[in-house]
Amino acid sequence: MLNTLLGSLSSGVAASTSSYESIASATGTGSSGTISFTSIPQTYKHLQLRWHCLASSAYIVLKVNGSLPNYLHYLYGSGSAVGANGAANLGFLMVNETTSTTYPFVGITDIIDYSSTTKNKTIRNFSGKDSNSTAGEVNLESYLINSTTEITSIDIIAQTANWDTTTTVALYGIKG
Amino acid sequence: MAATYEKIATTTLGSAASSINFTSISSAYTDLRIVWVFQAVSAGSNAGLRFNSDTGNNYSYTAITGTGSTTVSQRGTSNNQCYFMANSTAATSQLQIFQTDVFSYAGSTYKTLLTTYSGDLNGSGEVSSIVNLWRSTSAVTSVTLLFDAGNMTAGTTATLYGILKA
Repeated sequence: MLNTLLGSLSSGVAASTSSYESIASATGTGSSGTISFTSIPQTYKHLQLRWHCLASSAYIVLKVNGSLPNYLHYLYGSGSAVGANGAANLGFLMVNETTSTTYPFVGITDIIDYSSTTKNKTIRNFSGKDSNSTAGEVNLESYLINSTTEITSIDIIAQTANWDTTTTVALYGIKG
Repeated sequence: MAATYEKIATTTLGSAASSINFTSISSAYTDLRIVWVFQAVSAGSNAGLRFNSDTGNNYSYTAITGTGSTTVSQRGTSNNQCYFMANSTAATSQLQIFQTDVFSYAGSTYKTLLTTYSGDLNGSGEVSSIVNLWRSTSAVTSVTLLFDAGNMTAGTTATLYGILKA
């Protein structure tokens, strides 16, 4: 939107004609383990999170509208084993590994049809961390939000740790 | 001013070659994405990349692969390039695709990548998801896509995109 406005007002800035727009981003503060996006505009078809996270050892949890997803099903590879499982009321973004202050834990999370008021919501996640050792993992995950309420807030939480200042989480909107 | 998602460069090979280079990459974006559609001239090459011409043993990976009949997870440590094919090598019979995201490529941390490999060969093939690590705190300014043996066919394409956060 800003690019569109500036593009109209200034010949030096290209107007945005993209179907993929940046909504907001956040960086770690070093003193909090929660990054939140609130008041998410309902003007896109889908959302995408791209995250690059570092913190002392902690599991990372996704919350939507203040709650854990109702269900999670996952497939992971540890470098030596493959595993798959499912669970209720679980929001882990990586199921067996924890964060590190040295090796970034990264992911891309798609939130499908997030503004619908008639459909339950499906979220998919592709994430991983490699540490040049046995402590690596790659994940494919699907979450169900068993609610037709539109999604207006998202939290990325490091349990029992604070996000390092090198952590970045960006929220994008995809037009339908 | 950089856009949220835009093409930085693209290369289409006019003749067979073992590598594709993107150089002088601007630090104006948050992440990079590389889409590489290729076919091998001869069997036996593993495919991957190097950053900033670094040939040291600073790369590693963790992968999960489905072959059509089984699943496997593998890792590699202290490699001299990012490997994208943990379980096989580039095929001559069909096009194959890598899509790679490089996170915080201009930042001061080690660089982590997420890659998907899609290679159906009409009776064989595999699909893989891979996390790669480059243990360097330098900003990425160049990317070399490479076969470690043999060549890619003419017509192989690679496109580099920039993704910018708010």
